[in-house]
Amino acid sequence: MGRKTPLHEQHVALGARMVDFGGWDMPVNYGSQIEEHHQVRRAAGIFDVSHMCVIDVRGRDSRGFLRRLLANDVDKLQAPGKALYSCMLNADGGVLDDLIVYFMNDEWFRIVVNAGTRDSDLVWIRARAREELAHFEIIERVDLAMFAVQGPTARAKVVDLLEPIDREATPALQPFAGRFCGEWFVARTGYTGEDGYEIMLPFEEISAAWLALVAAGVAPCGLGARDTLRLEAGMNLYGNDMSERTHPLESGLAWTVAFEPASRDFIGREALEHIREAGGGTRKLVGLVLEDRGVLRSHQKVLIDGVGEGEITSGTFSPTLERSIALARVPRATGASVQVDIRGKLLPARVVKPPFVRHGRALISL
Amino acid sequence: MSHIPADRRYAKSHEWVRLLPDGRVEIGITDHAQQALGDLVFVEVPEPGRVLGAGEACAVVESVKAASDVYSPIAGTVLENNADLGGAPELINQDCYGKGWMMRLQPVSPDALDALLGPEAYAAQLAAEGG
Repeated sequence: MGRKTPLHEQHVALGARMVDFGGWDMPVNYGSQIEEHHQVRRAAGIFDVSHMCVIDVRGRDSRGFLRRLLANDVDKLQAPGKALYSCMLNADGGVLDDLIVYFMNDEWFRIVVNAGTRDSDLVWIRARAREELAHFEIIERVDLAMFAVQGPTARAKVVDLLEPIDREATPALQPFAGRFCGEWFVARTGYTGEDGYEIMLPFEEISAAWLALVAAGVAPCGLGARDTLRLEAGMNLYGNDMSERTHPLESGLAWTVAFEPASRDFIGREALEHIREAGGGTRKLVGLVLEDRGVLRSHQKVLIDGVGEGEITSGTFSPTLERSIALARVPRATGASVQVDIRGKLLPARVVKPPFVRHGRALISL
Repeated sequence: MSHIPADRRYAKSHEWVRLLPDGRVEIGITDHAQQALGDLVFVEVPEPGRVLGAGEACAVVESVKAASDVYSPIAGTVLENNADLGGAPELINQDCYGKGWMMRLQPVSPDALDALLGPEAYAAQLAAEGG
């Protein structure tokens, strides 16, 4: 049996189909995955993401440590509550994980990492911390749970749950910013391409919050819908679309690497600079739309006439577009069309720039 | 709880076979199978004229999660496939024993159905699988 989140009983009571995900028992759906997907695009859905790992970095040298640890630059975070998406790289520029880092105050940052990399991340971060003669602590917040509410009506549903004192400032949060509402940390972030919040709160409070939101008509959504939503939104999944064996410049993540200021020596910088000087590497991550019926899946081979071969890193059926879409790592010279080998048949696919869908609307022509 | 009609026979791999009055057989996947797969988004069925051996992979059902093979429970020649599934794969989720049929075969031998599971035996298999 895997690890259980504090919402395990709620999932079972709602009839969820449970699966193992990174060592955790998680709901994949509560009935129809496609219906859950549409609920998020059209109204609001709630996801249990308590399997993700919250790590606090505290102490007066926290900022300096994170400027070395992360490929994006936490100096972009100056206002309390602001968030930043970043990769954490090894010395070769390989992606150890992707994460969100929040700036709380000058002596406190919070990072949220993936469930599957939780243990290896903690080992890596603590080892890097030991290399520094500086003042900060690394604290794994096992006392916190986390849920996400996403969709066009998500923010209003959450604000209704807050104390009156928080009902003005919270709706006014900008994207990628958060604030404390009592002991809850409410951030306007997510993994679906819709508006909404991700909320970290004391472990023992999540059940009541979940039940209140479900009672208010927010649809419980599983990892299945989370995956089709994030892929439509063109967001990478760690372990599928990038890993230790790939670098950000061939993973559609060049925008998250802060090469400026040149004086900031982050882990992986030297390796990435060599790759960048050589033209950014031989491969790139692109979006694909299948022209015919069928479903693109990870590991299917991509053939590019006169150029070479690539591979699908994530593929699915897009419920919003009613077409199959994918992310694929292909040679840099790949043009506008490719073929995908689906069970021995070569089917044409169009190369597009993700995202495929944002805020309920298709961003690619069909 | 999964539905298992008494008017047909079943393969261990979760297909059903129904003998039609004219000696042809109709094949589809069971309620248990469609529930386990989840929302179907693509179905590939064999073309008429294809000759199938018993247990041969002959169709593919894809859900949002994964692709799964469908096996012909008996040997025979494909006479027809359900063309409606092309535009509406969800017919299998909605009505797997009716409008969600997948193909009709001329069996090599009608006796082949006797080797398949009856409804009680299939129910017992599901119970043993924990489903």
